[in-house]
Amino acid sequence: MEDLFEVRWHGRGGQGAKTVALLLGEVVAASGKYIQAFPEYGPERMGAPIQSFNRISSQPITLHCGVEKPDIVIVLDPSLMETIDVIGGLSGEGTLIVNSREDPSVIKENLGFKGKVFTLDASKISRETIGREMPNTPMMGALIKVTKFLNLKEVLEKTRTKLQEKFRHKPEVIEGNIRAIERAYQEVK
Amino acid sequence: MSEKRMAKTANEAIAEAMRQINPDVVAAYPITPATEIVQIFSQFVADGKVTTEFVPVESEHSAMSAVVGASLAGARAMTATSSQGLALMWEILYIASALRLPVIMPMVNRALSAPINIHCDHSDSMGARDSGWIQLYSESVQETYDNVIQAVRIAERSLLPVMVTTDGFILSHCLELLTPLLDKEAKDFIGEYRPKNFLLDTEHPFTVGALDLQDYYFEHKRQEAEAMIESKKIILKIGEEFERKFGRRYEFFEDYKVIDSEVATVVIGSAAGTTKVVVDQLREEKIKAGLLKLRVFRPFPAEELKELLKNVKVIAVLDRADSLNAVSGPLFSEIRNALYDLEERPKIVNYIYGLGGRDIGLKEIHSIYEDLEEINRTGKIKSLLTYLGVRE
Repeated sequence: MEDLFEVRWHGRGGQGAKTVALLLGEVVAASGKYIQAFPEYGPERMGAPIQSFNRISSQPITLHCGVEKPDIVIVLDPSLMETIDVIGGLSGEGTLIVNSREDPSVIKENLGFKGKVFTLDASKISRETIGREMPNTPMMGALIKVTKFLNLKEVLEKTRTKLQEKFRHKPEVIEGNIRAIERAYQEVK
Repeated sequence: MSEKRMAKTANEAIAEAMRQINPDVVAAYPITPATEIVQIFSQFVADGKVTTEFVPVESEHSAMSAVVGASLAGARAMTATSSQGLALMWEILYIASALRLPVIMPMVNRALSAPINIHCDHSDSMGARDSGWIQLYSESVQETYDNVIQAVRIAERSLLPVMVTTDGFILSHCLELLTPLLDKEAKDFIGEYRPKNFLLDTEHPFTVGALDLQDYYFEHKRQEAEAMIESKKIILKIGEEFERKFGRRYEFFEDYKVIDSEVATVVIGSAAGTTKVVVDQLREEKIKAGLLKLRVFRPFPAEELKELLKNVKVIAVLDRADSLNAVSGPLFSEIRNALYDLEERPKIVNYIYGLGGRDIGLKEIHSIYEDLEEINRTGKIKSLLTYLGVRE
C-alpha cells in the first residue's frame, strides 16, 4: 500500500463533487490501477457542504474507512474555505487545488498552508465550455495536470466514453466537458 | 477466462449479478441504501435485458410475500432490501425458510430506527439470525457479487433462503474494481432451476401452509434445523467449484494470518479489509497478529472456527450490532460459545463498533490490537465489553 494516493473533494451539493470522484475513479480504473471512489453521505441538500473521496493504488485496496490524511485536496467552491477546514489532515507535503481567480500565493497565505497550492478559475471555464457553472470536470483537468499520474489524452478518451453513456442525447454536454478539461489542463497555475 | 475488470459499486454489482441470474420473478420495494439495486434492475427489465416478471409492490412485507408465492409456484425468485425493509419482512422471513423456499435476497446492512439513521451497521441482518436464512457477509464489492452468484446455487441445493449482505454506503455506494463472470460463465455456473415440488405442477398437487399443531410442528422444525446443518457441506462444495472455475476462494471464513497468531480479531464485513492493513503493519513490527473474517454467519461454522482459533492467545470479536442483552454483541456470544469446549481456551473480549455508520479506521483497530497485546502480557482482562470510540 506504499503507493496509496488519497484525494478529498470539497464541494457544495449540486456542484458535482460526487460525480467527479466517480468519474475520476472510472478513468483511473481504466488505466489499470486499483481505485475507490465514494461520497460522504450527509444531509444531501443543494448548496450544503459535501465531501467525496478517491483512493488510487497499484495494489488492491482493502481499506474501507474514511480518508483522514489525503495527499491532495480539491475545493470546488472557494467560499467553503471560510467555514470548512479544507486543509484538515493535509500534511506540509500535500497539495491543495482551489477553484479561484486568486493567485495561489494569496490562498496559501490566507490558509497558512505550507504545502503546494494551485488555482484555476474553473467556474469561468465551465460557464464558457459547458454553458453553466459546473466546476467539477475542469478541476479534474487541474488534478491531472498537477499530479501527472495520468495521460491527458487517455483521460479525455475515457471521459468521452463515460459521458456518452449518460449524455447520449446531449452531445454538447460531452464536448463542453472535454473542452473544459483541456482548458483546465492548460490554465491551472 | 473472465471479462475484464470494471468499476462498480456494490449496488451496481448486485444488479449486474441479478441481470445474469435473470430470475423468473423479482418483487421489491425501494429503501436507502438498497434502492439502486432494484432501480438498475428495473431498467434491465424495461430494456428487455432480462425476462423477469418485475412486481413493484407497496411494501417489503408484500415483497417477501410475493416472492414466497412466486417461489412456491416454481419460480426462481429474488428481492432486495435493507434495515426497516427487512424488519417489515419479518414474519414472512420465517415462512420462506420453513417452507424451504430457495429465495435469494441481497440485503444492504443499515442501522435500525430509532433514532433514524441510513448508515451501516449489522443490526438488521443480525436480528434475523434465527429466522432460518443462510447469511453470507461480504468484505468488498467483488465479494458481494461473488456471494450473490453463489447464493443461487446454495439456496437451490439446500432448499433454504439465502441472504447476501453488503455494508450500506461503505460498499453499496463505493466504486471499486469488479471482475464479473462472463454472462455465459454465470449462466452455466448457476444452471437452470428445476424445483422438485411446485404448485403449478398440477399433476402433483400438494398442500402448503397447513395447520401443524402439537403432533408434527416439532418434527418439521427439526427437519429445518437439519437442512441448516446439511447446508454447510453445500456451501463449501459450491465455494470449491467457484474457486476451481473462477480462481477466487470462498469458505466459511478467511484465515488472514490467524494460523500462527497470538492476538487475533474476528470481523464481519467491510471493516475486515481495513483490519487487514493493520495486521500487515503489525506483522512488520514482528507482532503475531491475525484476522478471522467471517463470511458465513448462518449456518454458524462453530467446529471450524474452534479449530482455527484454538491456538490463539487473545481474541477480540468485533460486533457491528449490539444485542442489548446486558452481556455482549451477537457475534461474540457465538464465538465464545464455540470455544467453550476447548480444554485451554483463548482469552476473549468483545468490541461493539460502528453503529449507525460510525467510521472505524486504522487508529481504532490498532487500539484493539494494543489492548489484546496487553491482555496477552498481563493475563488480565480489564473490560470484557468495550463500546469502541463512543462518547460516554
